[in-house]
Amino acid sequence: MIKRRPSIQDPAAESQMFNQRALFGFAVVMICFLVVVFNQYKLQVVMHDHYVTRADGNRIKLIPQPPNRGLIYDRNGILLAENRPIHSVELIPEQVKNIPEMLAELAKLIEITPERQQEFLKEVKYHRRFVSIAVKEHLTEQEVAIIAVNQHRLPGVTLEARLTRHYPYGELFTHAIGYIGKINAKELDKLEEEGVTANYAASRDIGKIGLERYYESQLHGQVGFQQVEVNNRGRVIRILDSKPATSGDDLILSIDMHLQQKAKELLGENRGAIVAMDPRDGAVIAFYSNPSYDPNLFVHGISGKNYRELLESPDRPLVNRVTQGVYPPASTVKPHMAILGLENGTVTEQSRIADPGFYKLPNYSRPYRDHVKWGHGWVDVYTAITKSCDTYFYDLAVKLGIDRISDYMKKFGFGSRTGIDVMEESAGLMPSKEWKRARHKQNWFPGDTVSLGIGQSYWSTTPMQLALSTAILLNDGLKPTPHMGRYFRNQSKDTSLIAPLERVIEVKNPNNWRISKEAMRQTLMVQGGTGFNAFKGISYSAGGKTGTAQVINMAANQKYDANAIREVHRDNAMFIGYAPAENPTISLTVTVENVGGGGANAAPIARKMMDYYFTRQSAAGAQP
Amino acid sequence: MNVLKDPGHKGLLAKLHLDGPLLAGLLLLCITGLFVLYSASGQHWDMMAAHSTRLVVAFGAMLFLAQVKPQTFSFWAVPLFLAGTAMLVMVLAFGHVGKGAQRWLDLGFMKFQPSEVMKLAVPMAVAWYVSSHPLPLKFRHLIIGFIMCAIPTVLIQQQPDLGTSILIFVAGIFVLFLGGMSWRIITALALIIPVGCYTMWLFVMHDYQKRRVLTFINPESDPLGSGYHIIQSKIAIGSGGFEGKGWMHGTQSQLEFLPERHTDFIFSVFSEELGMIGVLFLLALYAFIIARGLIIASRAQDNFSKLLAGSITLTFFVYVFVNIGMVSGLLPVVGVPLPLVSYGGTSMVTLMAGFGILMSISTHKRLLAQQ
Repeated sequence: MIKRRPSIQDPAAESQMFNQRALFGFAVVMICFLVVVFNQYKLQVVMHDHYVTRADGNRIKLIPQPPNRGLIYDRNGILLAENRPIHSVELIPEQVKNIPEMLAELAKLIEITPERQQEFLKEVKYHRRFVSIAVKEHLTEQEVAIIAVNQHRLPGVTLEARLTRHYPYGELFTHAIGYIGKINAKELDKLEEEGVTANYAASRDIGKIGLERYYESQLHGQVGFQQVEVNNRGRVIRILDSKPATSGDDLILSIDMHLQQKAKELLGENRGAIVAMDPRDGAVIAFYSNPSYDPNLFVHGISGKNYRELLESPDRPLVNRVTQGVYPPASTVKPHMAILGLENGTVTEQSRIADPGFYKLPNYSRPYRDHVKWGHGWVDVYTAITKSCDTYFYDLAVKLGIDRISDYMKKFGFGSRTGIDVMEESAGLMPSKEWKRARHKQNWFPGDTVSLGIGQSYWSTTPMQLALSTAILLNDGLKPTPHMGRYFRNQSKDTSLIAPLERVIEVKNPNNWRISKEAMRQTLMVQGGTGFNAFKGISYSAGGKTGTAQVINMAANQKYDANAIREVHRDNAMFIGYAPAENPTISLTVTVENVGGGGANAAPIARKMMDYYFTRQSAAGAQP
Repeated sequence: MNVLKDPGHKGLLAKLHLDGPLLAGLLLLCITGLFVLYSASGQHWDMMAAHSTRLVVAFGAMLFLAQVKPQTFSFWAVPLFLAGTAMLVMVLAFGHVGKGAQRWLDLGFMKFQPSEVMKLAVPMAVAWYVSSHPLPLKFRHLIIGFIMCAIPTVLIQQQPDLGTSILIFVAGIFVLFLGGMSWRIITALALIIPVGCYTMWLFVMHDYQKRRVLTFINPESDPLGSGYHIIQSKIAIGSGGFEGKGWMHGTQSQLEFLPERHTDFIFSVFSEELGMIGVLFLLALYAFIIARGLIIASRAQDNFSKLLAGSITLTFFVYVFVNIGMVSGLLPVVGVPLPLVSYGGTSMVTLMAGFGILMSISTHKRLLAQQ
């Protein structure tokens, strides 16, 4: 080691130099500390508010709370769409000491497939330890009970309940009420467009069809929020504030569950549609399309196999026949045509024609046959309707011309949507010259007008359109808006959904309405009317019109033989009717596909519906 | 007077070779540290127990070294420095890798961090070298002293451990500065250092260190990555405000948004919970300890003791400043604990050992004078 050389040192000078240096060092220390103090002042005083905001942003999170969907009731207060808890058994990993052991324990109590167990153990790895993970969903009531009584032996295992939609009447209301299902990408885009995504922050489902879709915004309700304090891993430490969700409004329908059931029973195995309506305000009392399907399948996500079955079924259960089924109206529109004829002066109450059993256009040789081969003889407007004389209306139609018919029938709502509260609606078709030129690149031929007179040709309507046109006729030209939703109810008040009537047809002579309605009354109430047999012996008065719609065009000389042609080519049975005849409170529109004549196949159904309706009404009146 | 100065009538502190004001400052600091740690660890009693144990060991080390005469330190300075340097080389050759850095030497019965020894060995050796020459130093002595600082610094930087290498380097440099490094050279260094930093950036610094520097310059550029720590720390400090959120009521710390909250970032917890008032108190306490250390240095009776005491004290300040600076956004994050408050073992023992040396220098001078 190097030897010290103290001899040339000057202790006093050295000490002074050291003290100066030390003092200088201390000065630097104090300057640095001042910088720190200044910086602390900047952060903690000047920018304090900014950092408080950011600290709160870290720790405060909003957790959306889903609202309960509004319930749907029929006019009697019977629950048609409810929210049912579905139970699942869940496990919080951090609260369970040995997860595989606990899983085995659970599997002893309720059935958990080995595949599910494997899957669950994988899920545990991908979730945070404090997040509850479902072991099994959709527990049966028995499974819920088993878990509940064993709860004390299962620390960290919880039973969770979530509300989902349930339709207790299954297929009975599918086409009317529809169903809800998981929100898909397209619907999400739409919600974004409407700017209501935030309201759906906690919702999984949305109305897919029917009333559930139409009244989505009212039924859904308002999302609630819980303001919570979380740590850096998102675990909720405590609840700071909460704004509960507002349930959706309950929807009360004008539909009568019992009448709906009757409609289903009466259609049985047949394809078809039944609409019962209060013509005074358009309130729909029954809305049934057959065949139907169980909407509950769609709530939890339908399996591919089940969906394919529905899609590929030749009976086409997915089609809502009430509003999407388009049928030639056939003779059911004769009362409407009569109004036009009378208004136009083409016919009068007394004027008559001779019916030889067919009609020929001037200068044409082709005969248009009446459904009575030998003809009806002398026919006035009453006979033309009660006996459904085709020749009378062939003649009338040709005299009126396509333009007049098309314009006037559109006033009855043909060719446009009725505005009923489901979105799955077809506009049907009221043909015109312009339409044919645009659609078929063909001129309108006089022959087209002939068959238009009896509701054939290109004319097609939905059952709902027929029901609406009947209501307009019964109201002497005032149109109600058809609706199933009667009013919304929440805690504070009821909101009516009934729209006022709108005048759509002005007549020169109001007596013309009476003539047409009287003819319809006679159709059912007077012997010889096409609906007389079906309505024989009713305890009330009624009016109506039968119809038999050809599904395929017959050659001029071909004879219709129901047994000889394929079932799907058989005639559709049609009927419109109402009761009581003087002051109708219910109207019925019955369409039955491919069964034959309306008088024999559709009118009896309408009669039974009316019988049932009035029986229940008088029973209710007797025991208020 | 004679009676009072009689060795037989010395107080307990003098008997134990302890400096009263310095001991009081250190105890107050350690107690404050315990309270902050209790909150920062989330009322973690195991952690508190471990920290307390280390405190006892550290105070034991201090007490032990206080009994050692300054000449003994002077005698052992060079052997310790050489042994330490050799061990640093061994760490690089066969060291234990932890957290991506090679800092530990496994001695079979214990793991050992030679860089901690060097924190004291470097200033001791440089002080020994400098004090063996007349002050102020001549240029060539400065160069040799500088090389003595640089060798361990470079070795530790290779581990890599930027924080420790800086602390060791400045500990040596402080000896040279106190030993009378001429102002011209200091000015020249002040000009050369920026160039040196740039050279370090280009050739010496590791990617992770560069990233730290970059995010230091603009932490918001990478809020989820490497900027996260400093952003959360500034939020903690800023949201604490003037009065603080209250002990154990810091949201950033208690809800764990603040990383490393019981170690490097404990000052942020302190700032958040006790506010600017608390910070002023803490700074005053540190300033008191530093002032006391410099007074001890200035009263020391030989150059070796003066230089060593001064260097230990100023290095202690560097700890404080670098830690507070890095958590409050003034300096890059280099991984230096807040002395005697942060949770963590070896550095606390080393620090208290340093204060033990100060105690020894403070209490052994009269005996020296008698010799």
